[in-house]
Amino acid sequence: MLEVKNLYKSFGDRVILDNVSLTVKDGEILSIVGPSGAGKTTLLRCITGLETADKGEFLIDGQPFDPQGTAESDRVIGVVFQDYNLFPNLSVMENITLAPILVLKKSKEEAEADARGLLEELGLNTKGDLYPWQLSGGQKQRVAIARALAMSPKILCYDEPTSALDPEMRKEVAKIIMGLKKDGMTQLVVTHDFDFANEIADDILKVKALDKSFDQIQDVDKKQA
Amino acid sequence: MQYVTEILPSLLQGAGLTLQIFFWTLVCSLPLGILVSLGLISKIRPLQWILEIYVWLMRGTPLLLQLIFVFYGLPIIGIVFQRYDAALVAFILNYAAYFAEIFRGGFQAIDEGQFEAARVLRLSYWQTLRKIVIPQVVKIVIPSIGNEVINLVKDSSLVYVIGLGDLLRAGNVATARDVTLVPLLLVAVIYLILVGICTLVLRKVEQRYSYFK
Repeated sequence: MLEVKNLYKSFGDRVILDNVSLTVKDGEILSIVGPSGAGKTTLLRCITGLETADKGEFLIDGQPFDPQGTAESDRVIGVVFQDYNLFPNLSVMENITLAPILVLKKSKEEAEADARGLLEELGLNTKGDLYPWQLSGGQKQRVAIARALAMSPKILCYDEPTSALDPEMRKEVAKIIMGLKKDGMTQLVVTHDFDFANEIADDILKVKALDKSFDQIQDVDKKQA
Repeated sequence: MQYVTEILPSLLQGAGLTLQIFFWTLVCSLPLGILVSLGLISKIRPLQWILEIYVWLMRGTPLLLQLIFVFYGLPIIGIVFQRYDAALVAFILNYAAYFAEIFRGGFQAIDEGQFEAARVLRLSYWQTLRKIVIPQVVKIVIPSIGNEVINLVKDSSLVYVIGLGDLLRAGNVATARDVTLVPLLLVAVIYLILVGICTLVLRKVEQRYSYFK
């Protein structure tokens, strides 16, 4: 379970996050929705350690952690970026195995075996030797998911996973996210697409642009996908 | 034809020195240039200023002058180099400054997202540079580096000013002695061959990096 408590973040005198709290329960999906400019991405960047929060607490399974830390206990969050940020100079396989080998100190064989499992699961088993430029948008996104999963995170975060995809691919991502949920993955999805959030999320955190209030709605009434 | 075979050995000997200076300058100034460029883009202000002054000095004065200062000037403050070493020092410092500026541009062309992706994967700064950033930078800077490499082949002729016998000087000596332009024609042909080889090698390197976009 991920808990964020009383998070504050401002840039200069512009307050972006004012006392935001949220909870993502184990194996569930929390979606953060709201119009652009409301602070969704900043919130995600604080949780993933790409931005330093001014104030706030981060807890994983009740234990505090530092999103920017490098200790083993701090390596709990995986990120799938909006434009994926795959490494163009590395093959799909190398994209996935780089960090497990360098950071988790896995052997190349072990890392590659694990990566093959992930590729298989995501329907990419024949793509290991390709380079990012040879993949479609949806395939790149799945590689980005595999790359994040290879580090065995406790939570997987997505920044606008549907923004670059056509409606067909949108269903595809929803399927992948639901599939990972079935495997017990805890997930946090930032999106401006309210329908998509409704489709996949257990809880929704609504961000309003004007007064910057954040309301977590528990157990959304889910429409049939 | 007989005249050509007569002067060719001395020209080739000069070409040998040209190649040595070319080779060692490249081997040393490329890594040095990368290091300086990292300093230039670092957030450590004093380091940045020092390196900016260094680049300004190196690019702001003629290489010919720098050669003279290193060989004739530095002994005044107690630093003495042999002719050949003085030439290398001047060339390496000069070319590293140009390479640093080229690499700085290359580093700045890398998307911030690459660094962020590496950071959330918990890669260290050096791992990120070595495995992700530098290969992409190299691909970007190859054409500009290639220009400098070709310049270097010809710039090496400046070493005559501190009394070293390179290819051009060997040709000059023969021309002055025998009152004919033939040696200089040969010198031109040899430079063309050297630059031709460089061009081919650079093209190969470019192809090697064409596997990604």
